[in-house]
Amino acid sequence: MDLSLSDDQRAIRDVFADFFTKESPVSIARAAEPLGFDDVLWTRLLETGAAGMAVPEDHGGAAATLSELIVVAEELGRAIAPVPLIEHLVASRLHPEPDIVAGQGIATVALRPADADGVWRLVPGGAVADVVVGVDGNDLIAVRSDPPGRAPRNHACAPLADRPARAGRSGRSSAEVERTVIGPASALAPALDEWRTLTAAALVGIADAALAIGVDYVKVRKQFGVPIASFQAVQHAMADLPILIEGARLLTHKAAWAGDRARAGLRGTIDIDDNEIDDYPTLAGMAIVFAGQAAAHATDRSLHFHGGYGYAQEYDIQLYYRRARGWALVLGDPSTECLGVAERLFGPATAPATGR
Amino acid sequence: MEFTLSEQAEQFRSEIKRILREVGTAEVIDRQHQTGTFNSLEVNRALAASGLLERACPGLGRGDPIELWILFNELDKSGVGYDGISVALLAAGVINHVGSDLQKQTVIPSILSGETLVSLGYSEPDHGSDVASITTRAVRDGDEWVIDGAKMWTSLAHEAQWILLLTRTDPDVPKHKGLTMFLLPMDTPGISIEPVRTMGSERTNATFYDNVRVGSECVLGEVNGGWRTMGVALAFERGVMGGTASGVSLVRHFHHWARGTGLLDEPIVRERLARIAIDNVVASLLTQKAAWIAASGGLPGLEGSMVKVFATEAYQKAAAWCQQMAGPAGLLHFHEPGAAAEGYVDYDARHAPVTTIYGGTSEVNRNNIAERHLGFPKAR
Ligand SMILES: Cc1cc2nc3c(=O)[nH]c(=O)nc-3n(C[C@H](O)[C@H](O)[C@H](O)COP(=O)(O)OP(=O)(O)OC[C@H]3O[C@@H](n4cnc5c(N)ncnc54)[C@H](O)[C@@H]3O)c2cc1C
Repeated sequence: MDLSLSDDQRAIRDVFADFFTKESPVSIARAAEPLGFDDVLWTRLLETGAAGMAVPEDHGGAAATLSELIVVAEELGRAIAPVPLIEHLVASRLHPEPDIVAGQGIATVALRPADADGVWRLVPGGAVADVVVGVDGNDLIAVRSDPPGRAPRNHACAPLADRPARAGRSGRSSAEVERTVIGPASALAPALDEWRTLTAAALVGIADAALAIGVDYVKVRKQFGVPIASFQAVQHAMADLPILIEGARLLTHKAAWAGDRARAGLRGTIDIDDNEIDDYPTLAGMAIVFAGQAAAHATDRSLHFHGGYGYAQEYDIQLYYRRARGWALVLGDPSTECLGVAERLFGPATAPATGR
Repeated sequence: MEFTLSEQAEQFRSEIKRILREVGTAEVIDRQHQTGTFNSLEVNRALAASGLLERACPGLGRGDPIELWILFNELDKSGVGYDGISVALLAAGVINHVGSDLQKQTVIPSILSGETLVSLGYSEPDHGSDVASITTRAVRDGDEWVIDGAKMWTSLAHEAQWILLLTRTDPDVPKHKGLTMFLLPMDTPGISIEPVRTMGSERTNATFYDNVRVGSECVLGEVNGGWRTMGVALAFERGVMGGTASGVSLVRHFHHWARGTGLLDEPIVRERLARIAIDNVVASLLTQKAAWIAASGGLPGLEGSMVKVFATEAYQKAAAWCQQMAGPAGLLHFHEPGAAAEGYVDYDARHAPVTTIYGGTSEVNRNNIAERHLGFPKAR
């Protein structure tokens, strides 16, 4: 048992903290709105080797573990960097084609199956990705088609888009859609858990950044002749945030640790009676719920204690506020995630719900 | 980060589980609830006999530092009350940090043998959160000290052999600088005890000190250095010596009962139980961090405050949800037919409110985080 970062994790954190601080100050996220993608930043990011990090060595990748990747994701979240790296990391493990491993092509993952019309709706990174990996019917497939390059205007200014899972959909001819079957639909489940875990880490980064912004602001802003940080109502609401953030960080690390073990073929336990839970899917679901809550709360409190300025576009906190919600909600209602967690903890419901 | 326990720690855990299964029987637990004394000598003795108390004692333990967390986590989860063990080990940790050789030699071994309990005499009728303002006086008289005053909430004083007593030894200096901690035998003439009953069945006490005469060997730490001793004691108390996993036995009791009634099929019940389970995992991780620091020789003053606020408030939410989900059955006491989870739902709902009060209220802990972690000015 060791709850500090390993030497490798620390080294990776230093590299990416440095990269995002230099290359992706918050002005970059702001300038990338409304699309939520900065291709210059993506190109710079490729120089760090980030695009192929998750891919095994025999496909030319760096074979980083999930425990290492979440460290990158936390730094990305802290910078609210406008690049779909998390989706790319997840998709690249499923479909490690050379241009994707190199990052020349951007890949993403559809979090929900294609609908009856053969369209994946609101795919994160879908506005800019060259390849979408996702479920259509019984298959997990990779579809290569031209990205639309624009996103419906949305809460987080995220590069979401509908993408075709089949030829002839969204007005495309078969020549424009290249479809590869990767495996059965069930093969997506571990990838979704990777997405949950990495996104949870990014949300921890967002929450931590929001806390830092809020703390700085309340120490400087004066009302009634004193810094507003001296009011206990402000202090106590802010004091909750480091607790939630540290809790979310530890939970995300535990999920990643369990994910690495699951990849090595080790099965985790689920013993709710003893609170011994090291099953990967359970922890991944827990992590996205809790980190989502922490990020929503931290950005909310930080914005609130900016007073009216927090609501003004000119101030940065609103950028974090919107992403804390948008980056998590592309997956769906957290209550549904909780039902998934409950299923693993308690088994399936045995009788149909009475709709109480 | 690495979340696997070492083989040694795993063994330690299974040994504790085995002992708690053997001696922490339903009758033992029932007796605790009947008497309001959440301490059982047979449990303490059995743990001590296997050397488990010694191994987990902060600063003394020779085992894996995480064993401190394991001991209290297993006690917490088992549902066996262990107030005696937590205060005794806390006291042993404090004595080891600041005590004299004589105190270390006489008190620590008897604590680690499971025979001796210690109570904490900090709070007074008029001074709780602002504990540095206490007025129980200790006045030097030749080689002796004479103590007069009254303490409130002196839990386990009716069972303990020793008390850590916080006194004022210099009224003429700023409040934090005139305090001295004593380590006294409870049978010292002049000490008297009156029971105080609580909503959660727990019995605590008011204690009175009338012309109590003790020698200077009873001073724990420095004269007028009592605030430093308090700092050590509070850092061990909060988040380290248990009390952060109450939600685990609540979920256990509740879901087994809810399965029987069919309630466990309801989506709203499942969602809430999942949310409680998530909080339980987070509380466990935050506790591991604080306990790790304490067991490795540090003082987790900040981390302890963080986990205490989180775990106790999550437990209160969980207890309220479970009682609501159970409906009227959640109102019934132990031994009443039809009581939800054999009465545990009602018990947890009665017990949960105190957890954000004792050991430092949530507000006091948030002040601590605001000042020490966020660097905000003192609000008081
Ligand atoms: C069952 C039980 C067992 C206990 N066992 C022990 C024991 O063994 N030994 C011992 O010494 N003590 C013990 N205590 C006492 C416990 O530590 C105190 O109750 C606690 O510190 C609060 O003090 P108080 O009750 O005087 O409340 P007060 O200090 O009067 O507080 C009342 C309210 O005001 C709030 N408040 C106070 N100051 C501030 C502030 N600065 N900012 C914001 N809000 C504030 C508090 O948070 C609280 O909500 C026990 C208490 C109980 C109920």
